[in-house]
Amino acid sequence: MKGLTVLSLLLWLCAAYFVGIYLFVGGFLLVRLEVNRTSTCEDVLQPGEGPRDFCQTQPRFRKAVVLIVDALKIDFARFDPTRTTPRPYENKLPVLEETVSSRPTQSRLYPFRADPPTTTMQRIKGFTTGSLPTFVDVGNNFASSAILEDNLIHQLGQMGKRVVFMGDDTWENLFPKKFYRSLPFPSFNVKDLDTVDNGILQHLYTTMVGDDWDVLVAHFLGVDHCGHRFGPDHPAMADKLTQMDGVIRSVIDRLQNDTLLVVMGDHGMTDTGDHGGESQKETDAALFLYSPSPVFPGPPSQDEPDVVPQTDLVPTLALLLGIPIPFSNVGQVLLPLFPPPQTGGAVTRLSQLEALWINTKQVNRFLETYSGLAKDITPEILSELKAEFSRLSSEYLSTVREGRPPPPHLASSLQAYLTSVRDTCRATWARFNPVKMAAGLALLMFACLMCFVMSELSMVLTEEKRAGLKAPTAVAVTVGVGVAAAQLLARGYVEAAWCLAAGTFSSEVLFLCRAWRLNSPAVLKNGAKASKLSRWMSLRRLLLPSLVVLLLRCASLLSDSYVIYEGRVVTFLLLSLALCIPIHLNWNGHLLPPTPDPLKCAGLLPSPTLSPAAIRKESSTVLGCLGVLVICGYFSLSFHGCREEQGFCQPSPFLSPLSRLQDNQLKNLYYILSVISLAVCAYFLRLCLCHYGNLNSSGRTAFTARWILPLLCICTGLHWAVSATPEDGFRNLAELIRVAQLALPRAAFGLLGVGLSLIFVDPLTVFVKTRTAASARSSALPLPRYRASTGISPQAELRHLIPQIYQRMRRSLEDGELSGGAEEDNRPAVEAYGLGTVYSAPVLLFCGLLGIGLLLLHPEGMTLSFLLLLLEMGALLHIHASSTALSGSPRSTSGGFNVPWTPVVVWSLAATQFFHATGHLPTFPSIQWGAAFVGFPDGHAGTILPAFLVTLNTFASHILFAVGCPLLLFWPLVREVRGGRGGRGCGEEGEDAVMEMRLRENPHQFSAALLQLSTRYLFILGAQVFSSVCAAAILRRHLMVWKVFAPKLMFEASGFLVSSVFLLIGVTLVLRIDVAVGRWFKRLIPDVSR
Amino acid sequence: MWDHEIRAMASTHAIIAASVFMATVLPAVLVPGFSVYGTHLLWLYSVSAAVAAVSVSVFWLLGISPPTKKHTLGYKLSRLFRSCLYFFLSCLFFHTVVVLYGAPLIDSALETFSLAVLLTSLTTLRCLCVLGPNVQAWIRVFSRHGAMSVWDTCLQITVACTLIGAWVGAFPIPLDWDRPWQVWPVSCSLGALIGYLTGLVVAPAWIHYHRKQLTYKCK
Ligand SMILES: [Zn+2]
Ligand SMILES: [Zn+2]
Repeated sequence: MKGLTVLSLLLWLCAAYFVGIYLFVGGFLLVRLEVNRTSTCEDVLQPGEGPRDFCQTQPRFRKAVVLIVDALKIDFARFDPTRTTPRPYENKLPVLEETVSSRPTQSRLYPFRADPPTTTMQRIKGFTTGSLPTFVDVGNNFASSAILEDNLIHQLGQMGKRVVFMGDDTWENLFPKKFYRSLPFPSFNVKDLDTVDNGILQHLYTTMVGDDWDVLVAHFLGVDHCGHRFGPDHPAMADKLTQMDGVIRSVIDRLQNDTLLVVMGDHGMTDTGDHGGESQKETDAALFLYSPSPVFPGPPSQDEPDVVPQTDLVPTLALLLGIPIPFSNVGQVLLPLFPPPQTGGAVTRLSQLEALWINTKQVNRFLETYSGLAKDITPEILSELKAEFSRLSSEYLSTVREGRPPPPHLASSLQAYLTSVRDTCRATWARFNPVKMAAGLALLMFACLMCFVMSELSMVLTEEKRAGLKAPTAVAVTVGVGVAAAQLLARGYVEAAWCLAAGTFSSEVLFLCRAWRLNSPAVLKNGAKASKLSRWMSLRRLLLPSLVVLLLRCASLLSDSYVIYEGRVVTFLLLSLALCIPIHLNWNGHLLPPTPDPLKCAGLLPSPTLSPAAIRKESSTVLGCLGVLVICGYFSLSFHGCREEQGFCQPSPFLSPLSRLQDNQLKNLYYILSVISLAVCAYFLRLCLCHYGNLNSSGRTAFTARWILPLLCICTGLHWAVSATPEDGFRNLAELIRVAQLALPRAAFGLLGVGLSLIFVDPLTVFVKTRTAASARSSALPLPRYRASTGISPQAELRHLIPQIYQRMRRSLEDGELSGGAEEDNRPAVEAYGLGTVYSAPVLLFCGLLGIGLLLLHPEGMTLSFLLLLLEMGALLHIHASSTALSGSPRSTSGGFNVPWTPVVVWSLAATQFFHATGHLPTFPSIQWGAAFVGFPDGHAGTILPAFLVTLNTFASHILFAVGCPLLLFWPLVREVRGGRGGRGCGEEGEDAVMEMRLRENPHQFSAALLQLSTRYLFILGAQVFSSVCAAAILRRHLMVWKVFAPKLMFEASGFLVSSVFLLIGVTLVLRIDVAVGRWFKRLIPDVSR
Repeated sequence: MWDHEIRAMASTHAIIAASVFMATVLPAVLVPGFSVYGTHLLWLYSVSAAVAAVSVSVFWLLGISPPTKKHTLGYKLSRLFRSCLYFFLSCLFFHTVVVLYGAPLIDSALETFSLAVLLTSLTTLRCLCVLGPNVQAWIRVFSRHGAMSVWDTCLQITVACTLIGAWVGAFPIPLDWDRPWQVWPVSCSLGALIGYLTGLVVAPAWIHYHRKQLTYKCK
């Protein structure tokens, strides 16, 4: 068995895919150029009145208090006294409405619209810099890094204002060392509703009363965390909002006359309490402005804005506090906060027009600088904007110089200019690198092609000595280094992406050329061209249904509607393809035992290889398992989450963790259901291992199955129980619960790690019982004939020997079984339990352990879905095995242990199906962040571990199906023994029940089949990635691209990454088992044959 | 013999297709407010009934059904009863399959069942007419060497076309075009009917062009 060849080929394939994905994503994801320049006081000089320094003038407000209530949705802030039965989140902030109606000249409440992505860090960036965050920033929420662009905090510091900050520690990461005083509190633990808020409240009032501050920023997190944990529609939200109401009241009472109060939400939340997307529920937060002295000209009038964009706060605050507007701001000042022109003559305050003018000048300067640095704004639009600006500026300047009242339309044209600049920026920061995208597409296409070629040529590739990877690797390295050197010479710097691309591309092309040359002589050897043609035809016919389904699946990724309903679409396709299997079998006449008369009359039927009884048994297995599969598929639909695009969708009740449930009876019911299905999962696993005798062994894998698996289940069950107990219910046990919440999942992780590594260390599950040598002899087996021949190498000897040993063992085992094992003398000579499933048992156990470990990261209700996953996997394997048995025994065909396309396609579709059926969706808000806190209820220090846990949670089904992929190869062999006992010809029976030992007999075919299976799986996954990449590339200006296609691409690509890694792990495990089995045989030979 | 059978088949199919056409047009003339989308269920029933009635009578007149061994009235009655039972069971079967494949379970059960009735009258009824109430024979027909007459081959083609049509008909449903024919089960029943009509056309043509390869030794 050429393990290394297989593994290195697969590694190389994966590398080719990764480079393609990397290149494409690098060209596709939007990058906004950050302008690292800052505004200064000299920039904002007023026209006309000589060198008056803007910063020296008296600002409107000397101080400001900014209260940020995370996820303060506009719905929370509105007050409607007519509501008779308000929901938990309604009418809980009466202070805002009371203030607005009683003091109309001092306060306003606006909807405050955030730009997507509505994640907290992007929003903080947005309302401090005044610019528009881009899609790439989403990933930074885990590792927030300092803001380099000019921003309000920086400007305040420049002006010598003392900024005191308290609350969410994201700020501390974004603005390191910028605050006069800072009191950050840990923000990442979503379950913790009070630490941050209580921390702020301890210091807020004392700080306000004191005099060592100018700007106070307090960021409350409780409302957001309450939303994430319980959803908005929960009594806890009412408590939290009432608390905020009290905070705002107390702050208003303590305000001084020259202080501005800003209460704002950074984003809203969906009905499930999440955010990140761009639905209106997520983008519309609340903005409340208040000052003890009148600021607004009167009660709210018609020409006030309906909605305030979040960027607009930046210039407004800057001008009110008398600091320069940050350099990259694209927002516009909020006019109602500035006095209208007619009244503002004498005072030193900025009038509306002056404020607008300063803002316009700053935006124009930013636009000029930006367009000088980056060329992504279309020149026509740019020149239009410039012309507009020069027209406006000459008009304004002439007005000011002549001292006459400005024309009324001037303010609105300035506003229009600012709006059009912002819209232009919004449109152009969707900037792509088409060359990189095309290169990535080409690389991916070639990688897919290579996968396909490899799966077709797996026999040749594993057999040929020279077909190693030396040449392609050498070429790849040479070309890569060459390109790097050329870049260095021509441009002076190296862009790694292009070197990688060049290397990969050349090696791909080289491989394809060689494959072409390899292929043609092989075909010529086989015979005439006609045979090749017919072979191709038969191949194509065989491919047809699975290929059509794969094509449909790939095509479905190109339409936003199908991506939105992906879960249902995939299930539909999977069930259709599964239904094709029995229809296809029936079409070939394999499903029913041939009745005598049509057999005679047709005369064309091949002679049956299975007896009618066996055929009937296998057919009923196929049909029964198909039923199980269909029912699993149907029930899996009830575990889906909901996208915001799906109108009348109710997310599955199993998706919310038990701790959110309020009905205790329901909670208990769910808990018992989950525990029962967990137990059923574990029981099935054990049953399967037990059935094939793998549990008798004393090896470490059997130890894992016997002890670690149940322990893991118990840990999981207890952990659920602990995490579901209401905290206030058992006050006296609170400490114990806290410890258990920490210890139980960690113990489970530990057990999982130990179990998985034990399987890797000692994967053998064979139990050998040797009788005395005398009785072994007396079982009267003829000595193997190879002893007579002398000229055979030890290697060849070994190869002939192994099957014979196995035969002897098996025969003696059967003798023992026949005699009932009652008499001592008749006991078999050598008993080897579990040899027939020596390969599949560890893989199965590995899969099962991993499954339970991944289950731990999911909400409790998902156990049912995992049970369905297990059942569906089993049903699929059985269908595959039985249909292989029905359509002729595998070894009669030339392909060895080939796994046809259909089961592989079904397998990969099932992976996607259960991605959805475990409550996941290809959207960012639907990521189950809770997984990061399993075993770490107090949050994390670093970012790698939580990211790892969340990845495991998100791609759980991809992982399980990828690791279990080799089972497709083993299962027909595992199930073979039953067919043999079911009544085959007696002469053959001795050979028939060899099960997986057949793989040992044909190591070459084994490695070829393993390579073929993995490349086929990779091909299918790669085709899906390719098609979603195509979708993103073709539809990059589509309305839905940031909502549907780009997230889908990210999820598909990450899913591919995770799947391929775990496929490699699965293959490695198989190779490890193979090595172990080889060693075991070597150890065994001296004992038995001599 | 070939020409004769193919001609008979073509004319049968023409009659059935005409009946489908009439079942669509006649109610539109007679019943006020009738339309394929608007009163979809009505249209479904009218087409199903027309196809069922015409198929049964035409196949009975042609005498294609397998010769019965006994000619007693009781036997014939039991055959009739079994046929009705199979018809009903097949409706239930199609209903279950369609639900398992993603149709709403409770909301539009009537619509789903009507679709099942249509599918049954397009496929199972034909099996009943050609092969009699004999499930073994039905399964046997759908294998490569199972067809024992031109009518069997024709049955294979029409049934496959109908089912594929219904399957393909499910594809437009998730699209956000908001067309009247995307409402469940309009596209599926339309797909099934279009597939059926295609099958009616294709079957005689295919048999005509492949008559050299077709051999029915058991006829
Ligand atoms: Zn937030
Ligand atoms: Zn949040």
